Amino acid sequence: MADVTMRIWRGDATGGDFENYTISQNEGEVVLDIIHRIQATEAPDLACRWNCKAGKCGSCSAEINGKPRLMCMTRMDDLPEGTVTVTPMKTFPIIRDLVTDVSFNFEMAKRVPALLPPPMPEGGYRMFQQDVERGQEFRKCIECFMCQDVCHVIRDHEENKVNYAGPRFFIRYAELEMHPLDTNDRRELLKEELGLGYCNITKCCTEVCPEHIHITDNAIIPLKERVVDADYDPVAWLGRKIRRRTKKTAAEASVQPAP
Amino acid sequence: MFNYVPEMFRAETAETEEEGDKWYDDHTAGRRPPELLPRDEVARAINTEVKAGRGSPHGGVFLDIASRRTPEYIRRRLPSMYHQFMELAGVDITRESMEIGPTCHYIMGGVQVIADSAATAVPGLFAAGEAAGGLHGANRLGGNSLSDLVVFGRRAGMGAAEYIEAGDVATSFNMEEAEAAVKGALDPLNREEGENPYTIQHDLQEMMQALVGIIRTGPELEEAKDKLDEFTERVKNISVKGARAYNPGWNLATDLPSMLTVSRSTALAASLRKESRGGHTREDYPNPDPEFAKFNFALSSDGGNWDSPISAAQSPLLPLPDELKALLEEAH
Ligand SMILES: Cc1cc2nc3c(=O)[nH]c(=O)nc-3n(C[C@H](O)[C@H](O)[C@H](O)COP(=O)(O)OP(=O)(O)OC[C@H]3O[C@@H](n4cnc5c(N)ncnc54)[C@H](O)[C@@H]3O)c2cc1C
Ligand code: SF4
Ligand code: SF4
Ligand code: FES
Repeated sequence: MADVTMRIWRGDATGGDFENYTISQNEGEVVLDIIHRIQATEAPDLACRWNCKAGKCGSCSAEINGKPRLMCMTRMDDLPEGTVTVTPMKTFPIIRDLVTDVSFNFEMAKRVPALLPPPMPEGGYRMFQQDVERGQEFRKCIECFMCQDVCHVIRDHEENKVNYAGPRFFIRYAELEMHPLDTNDRRELLKEELGLGYCNITKCCTEVCPEHIHITDNAIIPLKERVVDADYDPVAWLGRKIRRRTKKTAAEASVQPAP
Repeated sequence: MFNYVPEMFRAETAETEEEGDKWYDDHTAGRRPPELLPRDEVARAINTEVKAGRGSPHGGVFLDIASRRTPEYIRRRLPSMYHQFMELAGVDITRESMEIGPTCHYIMGGVQVIADSAATAVPGLFAAGEAAGGLHGANRLGGNSLSDLVVFGRRAGMGAAEYIEAGDVATSFNMEEAEAAVKGALDPLNREEGENPYTIQHDLQEMMQALVGIIRTGPELEEAKDKLDEFTERVKNISVKGARAYNPGWNLATDLPSMLTVSRSTALAASLRKESRGGHTREDYPNPDPEFAKFNFALSSDGGNWDSPISAAQSPLLPLPDELKALLEEAH
């Protein structure tokens, strides 16, 4: 196969520039294979984060030809012919080369009020399969933070970061909100401190999600509805939660949880 | 014991204990297909097929689920596998078979610990998880690593806390040793000329795969031990460029000595274990030997450095605790 030219951003917090590497490639390789070959030959100090090489750990996020992608799941033969440009995620501070400091996300994670289940009823908690499956979509998240990277609310407005949870955490909030065994109310927090209102449903986050989570349709829009719902009428809110929990009788539920 | 098998697996393997047992006597009976053998047997079978010239184009074998399950089932139950084959290989596993081959999955050996506290022979050092040895015997069962982490991770944490609270916290600190370690770590950065760590890592992987891989023989293990001595010398001559911040080449240079410690220990223990058991297969000793079931090989470094000679001692297996014995008897 013909050699490929990779244009890779090299540098650190103080600045940097692009460097070109012309390197061999083999059939079926992904961008991460090429980065590894550059490390093994020309630039052993080229920093990049990776772990599983299987699209499951969420470490190898970068911007390939300007688009957030997992380097390990981006096939070279899927990219247009010519030079391939690889840059670090723009929204997060640079550590070195392709490695960014994503700790903003961990700070946001700390602010999520945990699941608060009601006291254990006799015979243990019970959940309907449907409720399990609804949350399951959000649990596919591998925390690659590419949705956070692409969202213009923080990509273009650094100052918004303190006030904006971002799509990755909106799905976490949605999952908790939809959890039939949760009694916490996070609506005020979402509206006043976590910037749910800043999101104008551009769906850029959904487009880049490697797990194909319907971030906007299945999480953000339902969350927005809940936040405006019933003008924060706590009774209506509680009623909604309880209604959901007792909507079906056990006999109607198709699958019972394993003991 | 059958009662503990989750519903989901029962539906696919056997509904009753009798049906499950029947399979062991007659592999055509029952629902459990023979591909669901323990990993070591599957790996050996693949290896045999490939060596006999019956391998797939890329040197593996074909695994087929498309003819056994519906596309909906495959997508629902094997979402990651479906996704990865589709995206990375352009193979639709709901319609065609996949090419597979055995790979290194787990290291059954590890640092010897006291099971209750996860304490090692080094005062103040605790080990849990894949780094610790002994828990999974000769062949770990699927799923058991994650339960190991939860149980023994907790014990290690409590063990460490107790150790500190007990107050006899170590330890003599030898400034000279610390300085030597720092110098050793920095040497590759300071060396003007030397070998690329990636080349050494690649060669080490190839050599270990070829000589200390799935099927082992005495002469090959001896050859590996000699080669490992050469690798030890090569590692002392690594040179990397760049600075200390997030420098993968330098990180690899500082990992390589540990990779050699593990490789040397594996090759030595494998050469001493003149039997086949679990994940360890010796072509020259194809059967398990009951004498070898009585002990582990406990290795130690005589000089304490990564390149010091390693010696092996037999460490007798502890008798089964009464409560575990009772559990096993209950199961039978
Ligand atoms: C493909 C695959 C599939 C598996 N599937 C299953 C499964 O389905 N079920 C199951 O139970 N088990 C499974 N296992 C096994 C299981 O995943 C591992 O045994 C387990 O994750 C090991 O956890 P650990 O915390 O002990 O070690 P690790 O997860 O390996 O953690 C070690 C950590 O140490 C860090 N580290 C290394 N060197 C240094 C250093 N010098 N300084 C600082 N940090 C360092 C590493 O970066 C790493 O984070 C699988 C393994 C593989 C490879
Ligand atoms: S839909 Fe909302 S969260 Fe997603 S990228 Fe657009 S503004 Fe950001
Ligand atoms: S929601 Fe998708 S894009 Fe966002 S962090 Fe999770 S996996 Fe990545
Ligand atoms: S290396 Fe794990 S997702 Fe790419």
